[in-house]
Amino acid sequence: MESFLTRYRNLTVLLIVVAGQLLLLAYQVKTSQDVRLLRVWSVSTVTPVTRVLEVVRRNTFGLVGDYFVLLGVREENRRLQQELGNLKMQNHFLNAELATADRVHALAAFQAQSPSKTIAARIIGNGTAANSAEVFVDRGTSQGVEKGMAVVTPDGIVGKVVEAYPMASLVLLATDQSFAAGVVSQKNRVHGEMRGLGHGSCKITEVQNEQKVDVGEWFYTSGYDRIFPRGFPVGQAVVVRNGSEGKEIFLSPSGFQGGLDEVLIVLEGVHQLIPEQAVAGTDVHMMPPPPPDQTPATGPAADMPQVGNTDADRLKTAYKKIGDAQGHVYGEGAPPNFNIKVTGNPPPAAPKASAPEAAPEEDPGDVHLDQPDFSAQENDAAAKPKTTKPKSTTPKSTTSPGGAPRETR
Amino acid sequence: MSEFGERLLDDTHRRKTRGDYVRSLAFILVPFLAILFQVYVPRFFGFLGFLELPLLVTIYFALTRRQPISGLLFGAMVGIVQDSLSQQLIGMYGIVKTLVGYFAASVSMRFDVENPVLIGILSFFFYFFHQFFFWVLDRALLGHLTAFDPQQTVIYGLLNAAVALPLFHVLDKLKGRA
Repeated sequence: MESFLTRYRNLTVLLIVVAGQLLLLAYQVKTSQDVRLLRVWSVSTVTPVTRVLEVVRRNTFGLVGDYFVLLGVREENRRLQQELGNLKMQNHFLNAELATADRVHALAAFQAQSPSKTIAARIIGNGTAANSAEVFVDRGTSQGVEKGMAVVTPDGIVGKVVEAYPMASLVLLATDQSFAAGVVSQKNRVHGEMRGLGHGSCKITEVQNEQKVDVGEWFYTSGYDRIFPRGFPVGQAVVVRNGSEGKEIFLSPSGFQGGLDEVLIVLEGVHQLIPEQAVAGTDVHMMPPPPPDQTPATGPAADMPQVGNTDADRLKTAYKKIGDAQGHVYGEGAPPNFNIKVTGNPPPAAPKASAPEAAPEEDPGDVHLDQPDFSAQENDAAAKPKTTKPKSTTPKSTTSPGGAPRETR
Repeated sequence: MSEFGERLLDDTHRRKTRGDYVRSLAFILVPFLAILFQVYVPRFFGFLGFLELPLLVTIYFALTRRQPISGLLFGAMVGIVQDSLSQQLIGMYGIVKTLVGYFAASVSMRFDVENPVLIGILSFFFYFFHQFFFWVLDRALLGHLTAFDPQQTVIYGLLNAAVALPLFHVLDKLKGRA
């Protein structure tokens, strides 16, 4: 026996090492427990070095960048001093400050606005697994991060924490093949499951062919996965087609569009409702509606007070007056005579015993188009003071899918 | 023995000890740097994601040491560290790299592995073997239905082989200095 082992020593050691690792694998699969000690050692050895490398990279590249920026500013200042004086120079400085505003500011703004409790984290390295999308962030259990927490940016979801170590955490990105999250579409409220494809885009599964989803429709987290709070933007449908096992919907994840450098880990998530209007992701500035038309008009609607601003508004008002003049309640009984002419103030409408007291009609001109309609949001979210930023303060201000103000460079 | 002879022996011994020390340091430092490269660099240079430096380092050490036990233990160590830096179960890369280390060392006992052409071929072969065997293990042991793209693996294998040649050369130079 001894001579046999000596003769086949190499093969024996190989078999022992492989068998040992197979047993280790079997133990992990069987008990669903991790060999945490090994992972903690490895991560604690590697991540401090990557952290140092990151600091060095930021400082060196940042300093070089700052040097060139300062050179430019100095020259620019000289030119401005000659041309326009101190006032314009100050203007330039402020514009430069805005232009070089860090993404951290956007994160901070989002953090302040979001009802969920979050912590900012910086990506310091990649995971080593083949064909998988994982990154290490510089926040760990010592900062309150736990396994299973959601990771987001103001633009959308990024992934979830799959391992939390004392000083770092491993985040599985939403583009990974093993990633899944419950989502709901914004317009048609179609529920589905978002899965990563291993590359840039994601796929929505569990949607029947009969359900309606439009190209360009936004998807938000549904909250049913118990990881992502409801109402975080996920992405926009880029391809929608019928398939053999249900609808095939491919999604462009919005959380990755600004590049991944800093992220937010959701420590305590608060569910929000899905925004009603599809203003998300549009970088188009929308002007307020035009003032009422001053030119005299003819026809039944001409004598009506100008409540709305569009033809449809005017027609609606005219029909309302006609209905009021005849004491008609729309939706009940025979239709009124639309051919009569109503001039001046109509007589008071007939008492409507069954109809609830109508709320004062909102002037469509007062609709604020910069913010998505969160009127149906939950109480805790709605109770938060709503701040509206005047458009004119920033040169280019856009609204992120979640309704968070986003500064664009 | 004369005084000169004793001094000569002492000097040789000291140089040998220092060389061993540097080699031992390289034995730990080189795989660490390879893993660090894989963790950090593809963040900024995504196109370098194809590079499997820990595997190349495993092949290099197995080929140069020419000891199957040493090669397989080195491969197991690198693979387990690589496993622990991802969310996958510990042992997947460990098993694959153990086999790579063993086979590479076994090959080095029979062939002249100083030949660059052979180094290129072996690097390509072991890269393909590594990826394919990992996929087989993933499917067979864990039941993951991941896809295997042979075309992409062949291309990445060729690229890794192309990187292996200068890398092995640099590591040889370091070894020579030690």
